[in-house]
Amino acid sequence: MRKLLFTLLLLPLSVLASGTELHLDKAPDRARDVAALQNGAKVFVNYCLNCHSASYMRYNRLRDIDLSEEQIRENLMFTADKVGELMKIAMRRDEAKIWFGKPPPDLTIIARARASEFGSGSDWLYTYLRSFYRDNTRPTGWNNLVFENVAMPHALWELQGQQVVGADHKLVLAKPGKLKPEEYDALVSDLVGYLQFMAEPIAETRKQLGVLVLVVLGVLLVFSYALKREYWKDVH
Amino acid sequence: MKAKLTALLGWVDARFPLTSSWKTHLAEYYTPKNFNFWYFFGSLAIFVLVLQVLTGIFLTMHYKPDASLNASGVPVAFASVEYIMRDVSWGWLIRYMHSTGASAFFLVIYLHMFRGLLYGSSRKPRELIWLVGMFIYLALMAEAFFGYLLPWGQMSFWGAQVIVNLFSTIPLIGPDLSLWLRGDFVVGDATLNRFFAFHVILVPLVLLGLVAVHVLALHAVGSNNPDGIEIKKNKDANGIPLDGIPFHPYYTVKDIVGVVVFLSAFSIILFFMPEFGGYFLESNNFYPADPLVTPPHIAPVWYFTPFYSMLRAVTINFFWIDAKFWGVVTMGAGTLILLFLPWLDRSPVKSIRYKGPIFKTAVAIFVICFLVLGYLGLLAPTPLRTLVSQICTVLYFAFFLLMPIYSKLDKCKPEPERLSG
Repeated sequence: MRKLLFTLLLLPLSVLASGTELHLDKAPDRARDVAALQNGAKVFVNYCLNCHSASYMRYNRLRDIDLSEEQIRENLMFTADKVGELMKIAMRRDEAKIWFGKPPPDLTIIARARASEFGSGSDWLYTYLRSFYRDNTRPTGWNNLVFENVAMPHALWELQGQQVVGADHKLVLAKPGKLKPEEYDALVSDLVGYLQFMAEPIAETRKQLGVLVLVVLGVLLVFSYALKREYWKDVH
Repeated sequence: MKAKLTALLGWVDARFPLTSSWKTHLAEYYTPKNFNFWYFFGSLAIFVLVLQVLTGIFLTMHYKPDASLNASGVPVAFASVEYIMRDVSWGWLIRYMHSTGASAFFLVIYLHMFRGLLYGSSRKPRELIWLVGMFIYLALMAEAFFGYLLPWGQMSFWGAQVIVNLFSTIPLIGPDLSLWLRGDFVVGDATLNRFFAFHVILVPLVLLGLVAVHVLALHAVGSNNPDGIEIKKNKDANGIPLDGIPFHPYYTVKDIVGVVVFLSAFSIILFFMPEFGGYFLESNNFYPADPLVTPPHIAPVWYFTPFYSMLRAVTINFFWIDAKFWGVVTMGAGTLILLFLPWLDRSPVKSIRYKGPIFKTAVAIFVICFLVLGYLGLLAPTPLRTLVSQICTVLYFAFFLLMPIYSKLDKCKPEPERLSG
């Protein structure tokens, strides 16, 4: 009876669930690779943090990926004076709107905002940053397979080179850039890893703490259950 | 020392019913001894309520209900939530406890209500307990709705916009009513501030009062049990129910186990998947509210989706009034019909254990429809999905409206004289 109910319940759901698909490549996991995250931070500060702000993120939070305040100040801070400052940009939003059509979004928590049923936010970013192609009908000369008619030009084009849409809607590298394709993918992985870190710097600590909390609750469960058994011995 | 403490207790008891309250509500509140799994959710609901109040107090210390933009062009309210997540000590934990707690509250309450349906707990003499419980549920929905606006993300904003606009479908007074509710022509700073006031003081006050009435009414008539029979019918020479055990210590120690198990499940979500795949924290809500950008798909949080599906299921204009209005009526009726449950069930027995196949089948269909409606409410509508939600909506109402008939026709088993375990 229960099995039948369960099947009856799931049957309509599988029929109803179908919808449009967006294929995303799986982003490599960089969450515990500190060197990769540091590299990602460098790429982010150099290539993104001119048009995009990260206005909830403080520079000194980079200590969480093992950078000293000295290192942060000397290598990553171009526009801020104090290491406790937020990652803001000099570009004004009203001007940015005129230049790009809309102001570039803040990237602090973009990796969380881009999560969907098709994949994690990291998967989306990883695919997006590798899906730019030349399109002369666009004002910037660039378009993107994941984000159609995106306002952003390909900021990393010098590194990746220029892709064009080839046969059967696949991207092919028409003009190579400074990096080999696999080097570019690795760089994007590091950058996306950093964006994921920045979206929730506490994430790794949170998981470690979670294990500890569950162990404590497990112990508490043993004792509370023993207490219950002891009291309930005389209930028949 | 002991004599002094006894004297102090006597002094208090002469002025406040301390010992007698302790006895009435805990030490000498006689509870059926056969409570099963389903009976954990009442105490868990109180536990979650306390959790939400405590975490809410700490969130209020750092949250700013302000829709104006800061220097970076981000609404102050949205930025203050990220500030809590990043810069406030343990702020992330408190915020995740509160956001996970909101979903946990509804899960626990739905299971608690379902228990009442299974064992006929709403029926005589417990109709008022059920009614007050339903008011708690309605207050909880209001609390969740107001609270969901506060992070001021895209889903917060557009969710509130959609729900407040429902009122504008009411003929004649609708548009003015929704304007009055929002305090502005669109959801804005005025809306955010009044929702904040409702969320942190008005509704919690109502909730706490209703919970007190709910528990007082329960302790006056006594708890129902999985057999659906009255333990007060069989008492010993001292007037104590033969099948009753004192709530304290028996059910206090048992409920502690329930709380620990609950906290374990709660912690797995909180520490390892706080967004719960986008169902507890929607990814679109990580974008700040933008009145100029409508998200392609606006869905409420999972605990509202069964009723949201009912709203969308109505697609026909009756009496020259827009279908939307009838959708709102259907949605409202879908929640309010639960109020009448105590009087709809005409079966001679209370518990599903002794009810016949018709009632059991009806409950199974009802559960399936409620879950399917909930699932469909998360998705964008298609013609097929709308058709399925229409069928489920009809069946949902049929479960209640036909209950007086089929519960009478059903072939019930005889109830036992004493608890069967």
